[in-house]
Amino acid sequence: MRLKCTVNGEAQEVDGVWEGESLLYVLRERMALPGSKNACEQGECGSCSVYLNGNLVCSCLVAAGQAEGADITTVEGLAREDGLHPIQRAFVEAGAVQCGFCTPGFVVATHDLLRRNADPSEMEIREALAGNLCRCTGYTKIVDAVRLAAERLELERRQA
Amino acid sequence: MEFLQPSTWEEALAAKAAFPDAVPIQGGTDVMVEMNFDRRRPDVLLDLGRVRELADWASDAGSLRVGAGVTYARVIAELGAMLPGLALAARTVGSPQIRNRGTVGGNLGAASPAGDSHPPLLAAGAVYEVASAARGARRIPAHEFYLGPKRNALEPDELIAAIYLAPAAGGQQFAKVGTRNAMVIAACSFAVAVDRSARTIGTGIGSAGPTPLQAPDAERYLAGVITDEGLWESGRLPDEAVLERFGALVADAARPIDDVRATASYRRHALTVMGRRTATWALRDGR
Ligand SMILES: Cc1cc2nc3c(=O)[nH]c(=O)nc-3n(C[C@H](O)[C@H](O)[C@H](O)COP(=O)(O)OP(=O)(O)OC[C@H]3O[C@@H](n4cnc5c(N)ncnc54)[C@H](O)[C@@H]3O)c2cc1C
Ligand code: FES
Ligand code: FES
Repeated sequence: MRLKCTVNGEAQEVDGVWEGESLLYVLRERMALPGSKNACEQGECGSCSVYLNGNLVCSCLVAAGQAEGADITTVEGLAREDGLHPIQRAFVEAGAVQCGFCTPGFVVATHDLLRRNADPSEMEIREALAGNLCRCTGYTKIVDAVRLAAERLELERRQA
Repeated sequence: MEFLQPSTWEEALAAKAAFPDAVPIQGGTDVMVEMNFDRRRPDVLLDLGRVRELADWASDAGSLRVGAGVTYARVIAELGAMLPGLALAARTVGSPQIRNRGTVGGNLGAASPAGDSHPPLLAAGAVYEVASAARGARRIPAHEFYLGPKRNALEPDELIAAIYLAPAAGGQQFAKVGTRNAMVIAACSFAVAVDRSARTIGTGIGSAGPTPLQAPDAERYLAGVITDEGLWESGRLPDEAVLERFGALVADAARPIDDVRATASYRRHALTVMGRRTATWALRDGR
């Protein structure tokens, strides 16, 4: 099939897509957007997290055909013109990145959390990130990164 | 592979009639796992994600109609007050990503004995509406829907349309045992629904038998004691011994096996405890 959708604000059109392949495969292998990671292909690890029509989903569990006409945002779409998104910077600064494989998924999931809840408690952070696995850092630094990101974003809002 | 994407319910039913082997897909949280691992390569995939009729819920004459395509996230956000039992179960499903895509109808389609929707729907006396192009709609009470492990009462040309149930008329609770809080398939689970207007107790057992089950003896016993002792009126809790007996009767109704997630005897024990606790909470909640 020919798949048409919008990814990170740009209209995309790719040919030769098999309807049953995952949106994750389409993003990585057909659209050259390797930010979303493929670790489990079964919804368990969250490293493929993207926004699909505004909802946080595992792109490995979306059939390509289901994404026809959809509006998708990947981790590549979060960075700003002047550099990393404050959430991305917070992950680096808090030491929440080791091998980095899980990081894109955590960044997108954190983005989803902070747009709904600007000042989450530790419980709320852990609950919101329960679908993302990290095999390296342990979760303490990741939780620290989310808190740091929340503070930075709050500061930004106040300055705006 | 053919990929069908009907945009109306009528078209969906026509497609299922034309291709009875077509595999319906909603949130894809079961179907895509099977496809990604090559466990399933359907010739026809029937995407129901664009069918508006499935994606909504409505309240009508004291009954709720929840479309088969309503996600867990929406059950939690929109139906928590009216369907607390189902919403509690929905909160325990997978992760935020899974709850944003996974649907209650998909849980019924998969008909896993461990599916978290089934116990609260059984406890609340839900009725499922299924339909075909040839014979129109029919309604199946929840307790007649589950035929075996991953087998339900759907005919090959039928699709699940909606779930009908009344808003809670008393406390409802759900409990689930597993290895961690998030992202866990139940080792076993239990739901209870107190109906203060009908003066009945409803139950649903998950992951402790070939299908989700009810515990009719436990239901009758507890409702009987509450009635005999005038507790519907007084709002007092039954004695601890009564709640313990309820838990034991719940465990008696299960037909568990030993498997990777738990042993049969652990499941029985857990059901005894969950039965007592959830009944206590539910009777306390709705006074
Ligand atoms: C990481 C992960 C964690 C999970 N955790 C849980 C959990 O904690 N508890 C739990 O219960 N489940 C869990 N699941 C399983 C799954 O999310 C649920 O069963 C969910 O309800 C499926 O809904 P869906 O819309 O995604 O279904 P789909 O995958 O789209 O479909 C599921 C099945 O139903 C059929 N079907 C779908 N819609 C219809 C219809 N309208 N008519 C007829 N047949 C239909 C499909 O053909 C398929 O057989 C988990 C899955 C994953 C990947
Ligand atoms: S790759 Fe999608 S959740 Fe792991
Ligand atoms: S940093 Fe390596 S998996 Fe998280």
